[in-house]
Amino acid sequence: MSGMVEKRGVGTWLTHAGLIFGIAVICFPIWIAFVASTVTQDDLVRPPMPLLPGSHFFDNYLEALLTGGAAPVWQMLLNSLVMALGITIGKIIISLLSAYAIVYFKFRFRMLFFWLIFMTLMLPVEVRIVPTYEVVASLGLLNSYTGLILPLIASATATFLFRQLFMTIPDELTEAARVDGAGPIRFFIDILLPMSRTNIAALFVILFIYGWNQYLWPLLITTDPSMNTVVMGIKQMLPTGDQTVEWPVIMATAMLAMLPPVLVVIGMQKLFVKGLVESEK
Amino acid sequence: MAEIKLEAIRKSYGRTEVIHGIDAEISDGEFIVIVGPSGCGKSTLLRMVAGLETITSGDIHIGDRVVNKLEPRERDIAMVFQNYALYPHMSVFDNMAYGLKIANVPKAEIQARVAEAARMLELEPYLDRKPRQLSGGQRQRVAMGRAIVRKPAVFLFDEPLSNLDAKLRVQMRLEIKALQRKLGVTALYVTHDQVEAMTLADRMIVMNGGVAEQIGAPLDVYANPATLFVAGFIGSPPMNVLSHDIRPGRGALDPGAVIGVRPEHIDLVAPGAGLIDFDVAFCEPLGAETLVHGVTAAGDKLVVRIDGEVKLPADGTRIGLSIDPARILTFDASGRRTET
Repeated sequence: MSGMVEKRGVGTWLTHAGLIFGIAVICFPIWIAFVASTVTQDDLVRPPMPLLPGSHFFDNYLEALLTGGAAPVWQMLLNSLVMALGITIGKIIISLLSAYAIVYFKFRFRMLFFWLIFMTLMLPVEVRIVPTYEVVASLGLLNSYTGLILPLIASATATFLFRQLFMTIPDELTEAARVDGAGPIRFFIDILLPMSRTNIAALFVILFIYGWNQYLWPLLITTDPSMNTVVMGIKQMLPTGDQTVEWPVIMATAMLAMLPPVLVVIGMQKLFVKGLVESEK
Repeated sequence: MAEIKLEAIRKSYGRTEVIHGIDAEISDGEFIVIVGPSGCGKSTLLRMVAGLETITSGDIHIGDRVVNKLEPRERDIAMVFQNYALYPHMSVFDNMAYGLKIANVPKAEIQARVAEAARMLELEPYLDRKPRQLSGGQRQRVAMGRAIVRKPAVFLFDEPLSNLDAKLRVQMRLEIKALQRKLGVTALYVTHDQVEAMTLADRMIVMNGGVAEQIGAPLDVYANPATLFVAGFIGSPPMNVLSHDIRPGRGALDPGAVIGVRPEHIDLVAPGAGLIDFDVAFCEPLGAETLVHGVTAAGDKLVVRIDGEVKLPADGTRIGLSIDPARILTFDASGRRTET
């Protein structure tokens, strides 16, 4: 700590300048996107490119939300929300239950199942996309929420995380609950769930962003524009051939697509950080 | 309120037997302490009574039921754990009330019972706190409260005081004893601390290597240890063990046999005036008493407990030891008491 205090003066200015430069580099494209979403197409294509927001904020955002590209953006946002929440909540429930089984119950081939789950870490969606598509298509799940959510719902990472958490809970606590008369389901609901609260929150943030940002999978299985998610929808709005495109509307869509993950991170920041740094014992 | 009967209790993990057949009858309201060194199987025995470990063979009766196959909650017991095992996310009130909630006790009665226990344990100001906001002694009380509110037939204590500091341990020891007296509930208490065992027990079970070496009232066990192990384990400092018979007119001991004498049953006299002479190695003055360590003329190490106000013999001096021959106990080569 003393080293940090001594590094006053020029050092502080330099590090701050470095940090500010870094932030600027990352934020500049977002700023450009925001500016572009508030001007008209004409302003945008006429050099020099505008660097300050224009006056068409509401026009562009309303047009994006209500008209959009192939489908109105509000509908794509809704699809994304359903998919992201479905994946997040589904993953959390499934991994909680499977971790509970692996840690607290003795059954045949328990470790085998654990390693099977663990091995799926090596098989992300992109690797198994062709067979998965085949399965989903033959089940008739194309263009459905189930088809969007189900193949992404199992999570080895979350299972592993909960397993590690459960293993740190002392055996005596489990025994105290048994003496108190709590059966397996009550123990899970009354003791384990509340004790995993902060971890669930942290996972919620990570998994929501993962679900929201899914691109390849929705692109493959949603052919009906009304089932498009917003992240792939932006791509669909891009010009094909010599069609003219409304860049301000696309930028407005991009800004809208960015918003929910940001809100989730900000909203759950406190719990999220707590879940990552502290295990409430 | 219930009697407990243990009949030929055995426990094996795989092929390794850790408890080799224990029989005991515990009467209603009795405070029984199971004491022994670590690894002697005392906690396993308690956990078998609690229903947290399966019983390999034998029967456990609580009241008039055989409870071998019953879940812990069906055995009408309450247990206090060594590290308290409080639910960290629940308030003190909820910790105590949890078992009652599960048993579907009406809300008003839960309130009344928890309030009663909190009053008894002086926990009233802390009912809304979380366990992590409490001190060790307070957590211990909450764990006791959780046991009390259930009004069980049997209290089980698994080394409940070993996480407390020495002073608090003495205080909680008295409180546990007073509480058990007041409630009149049968109690089984596991500890490795022979002072706790002596002070708390109506009767104690001294265990070693998965066997009950002796069952009896603390003072009986102290005065009449059945085996050399008990003689050495109960009492601090332990009984002196001599490989040479020092009683007048006796021949040599059988090979392997020893005699034992408590440090407080030896008096210091002038050299040659006692049963045997003794070279003082060093003294430990403890205030009320002094422990004199040394070696007998025959080469056995020995400790003598004398009054703290007696002038200390200088290190290296030779003195005589006077011992009442009736106080000398004999043990055969297998460690059993013999009557000679």
